Amino acid sequence: MTVATTTNTLVGLLVRHADDNTILCQRLGEYVSGAPELEEDLAVANVALDHVGVAMHLYEYAAELDGGEASMDNYAMLRSEREFTNALLVEQPNVDFAHVVARGFFFDVYQTLLWAQLSASTDERLAGIAARAFKEATYHLRHSRAWMLRLGDGTAESHRRVQAAVDAVWRFTGELFVAVDADSELVAEGIGADVAALKPEFDRIVDATLEEATLVRPSDPYQATGGRSGMHTEHLGHLLAEMQWMQRTYPGATW
Amino acid sequence: MSYDVPIAPGETPDEISVEGPQSTAWPLWEVFMRPKRGLSHTHCGSLHAPDAESAILNARDAYTRLGDTASLWVVPSTHIHASSDPTSMFDPADDKPYRHPTFFEIPDEVGQL
Amino acid sequence: MAVEHQVQFDRTIEADEKIEPRDWMPDGYRSTLIRQIAQHAHSEVIGMQPEANWITRAPTLLRKAILIAKVQDEAGHGLYLYSATETLGISRDELQEMLHSGRQKYSSIFNYPTLSWADIGAIGWLVDGAAIVNQIMLQGTSYGPYSRAMVRICKEESFHARQGYAILMALAKGTDEQKAMLQDAIDRWWWPSLMMFGPHDSDSTHTEQSMEWKIKRISNDDLRQMYVDQTVPQAHYLGCSVPDPDLHFDEESGHWNFGAIDWDEFWTVVKGNGPMNRERINHKTKVWDDGAWVREAAVAYAEKQASRSTKIA
Ligand SMILES: [Fe+2]
Ligand SMILES: [Fe+2]
Repeated sequence: MTVATTTNTLVGLLVRHADDNTILCQRLGEYVSGAPELEEDLAVANVALDHVGVAMHLYEYAAELDGGEASMDNYAMLRSEREFTNALLVEQPNVDFAHVVARGFFFDVYQTLLWAQLSASTDERLAGIAARAFKEATYHLRHSRAWMLRLGDGTAESHRRVQAAVDAVWRFTGELFVAVDADSELVAEGIGADVAALKPEFDRIVDATLEEATLVRPSDPYQATGGRSGMHTEHLGHLLAEMQWMQRTYPGATW
Repeated sequence: MSYDVPIAPGETPDEISVEGPQSTAWPLWEVFMRPKRGLSHTHCGSLHAPDAESAILNARDAYTRLGDTASLWVVPSTHIHASSDPTSMFDPADDKPYRHPTFFEIPDEVGQL
Repeated sequence: MAVEHQVQFDRTIEADEKIEPRDWMPDGYRSTLIRQIAQHAHSEVIGMQPEANWITRAPTLLRKAILIAKVQDEAGHGLYLYSATETLGISRDELQEMLHSGRQKYSSIFNYPTLSWADIGAIGWLVDGAAIVNQIMLQGTSYGPYSRAMVRICKEESFHARQGYAILMALAKGTDEQKAMLQDAIDRWWWPSLMMFGPHDSDSTHTEQSMEWKIKRISNDDLRQMYVDQTVPQAHYLGCSVPDPDLHFDEESGHWNFGAIDWDEFWTVVKGNGPMNRERINHKTKVWDDGAWVREAAVAYAEKQASRSTKIA
């Protein structure tokens, strides 16, 4: 079965954030046993684990609100590319450690701001999930920010590589702060977060970090969007093909 | 035995020289953790990290996964100075048995001392 | 002096006390430990690969989370054990170099491929199960840092075996396809798991010395028998058989008697010609080489920071 396109806007919000976490977990999952040092493998696994944990809480809540047959695995394993509403940023491939770090850094800054705001949500359950996620995101950011500095201000090669990674993923950062129309009521009620309002603080943290890391913010102003409405890059289809393979191959089985 | 690879017939075990080349990798850090408030930090192992910040973060991932930690210390291994030969260093206490409370026989009726 | 040291060492072993890093120890004791603990560490780290192979395809989010946590634990085990090896005066770099060049090995069990989701369950139940039997014994090993690493590791291992068995229980209750997947995994992992305990005691050249030094406390064959006795009923509980026509319960001894192990296969894999030997090492060396620039960058940055702070001071 698939999950019906919901009319409940809170479900839409929960699923969108859960999708972000699920897809990034999947990308990091590809990287476990691929990090440059054993200690970093532990760190990568740790972040992946936090992300999937938050995703499960959010999907679970969404499933309850959605009613019917929905379960968290229906959302993750049985929806198509067009139904996923994750940001384009998280579906971008690992490429190398610099890309993993840069993608993670931008996302971690965004998520610390997002969860901070959502932990004050008037929806208690969402606030609870966000409060926990905020603590984890703070730690993720501490880790990814430190690596931005090490790579940016490390050697000539690391500088070149991390600048290339920043250049590659920068155009997927703007989307994180584009408000989703359906959310306006939720924001007004104090349930959802006003993501556009998070942008100045994001810019401040990013600019300060880039400067300290001796990196530059890409001058190309182009920002890609579409993830939130299910218009993805081609990367997502392959990612889902792998992630959903078991459930699609053995429909209806219990694992 | 599991995880211990036997030497195949016809193969010889590799010579291990302990004085190998100096490691060029990330420095070694010793990790100490306080399991809960009220207890001392105790040594729990080591890890490699380029700097203190990453040593702390790595120690968290490596040594606190069961959630039984209240605090962590990391110390560059080169900063640990150890006592020498334990037999000569700590034997002297043997001839000062009066330092141990059990040296003194106190009648039961004296009560708690 | 050397004689005195030897006497002290023997007395410590005799009294069942631990040898600690700065103690005098015979060269053979040191090199045996380096080899054994390092290969144990390598096994934990290489062992991440067959399981990580299924992280992206885990059938549910919960199974994915559990598997990531499990693989993360194995990385942690590798780290604890490298840390214990390093107390013997050898660096992780050198150990890693010995692994990459094939001068040190890792457990052959990880040279088998994970071909289905059931293999992830079978590894947790059978492979971690065998490791647990061994590692519980090693908690009593005579070298302090190794023993302490084992205590830490054993705390985490029962989660590994249980999550594996839970995967298999779900399959056992599932569709015919799932049941077939389950039996197939047991058929493929059973014998390699028994081989994990190593050659028979009669063919095991180093066992005697290791037992004398109390590095190991129970012989290969005895551990293997303990393992078979605990595992066969668990296979039956799943409604499965083990691929051994000679297996039978011996009422008199109270043990499960099993058939002959194919030692040719065992030595073939140990010598490097198992199904996945090359892939495992190639992946490991590629990741290591690809990561060189990252490790260098971190060192360069730390040096810059250090010189900056001395300038400020
Ligand atoms: Fe392990
Ligand atoms: Fe394990």
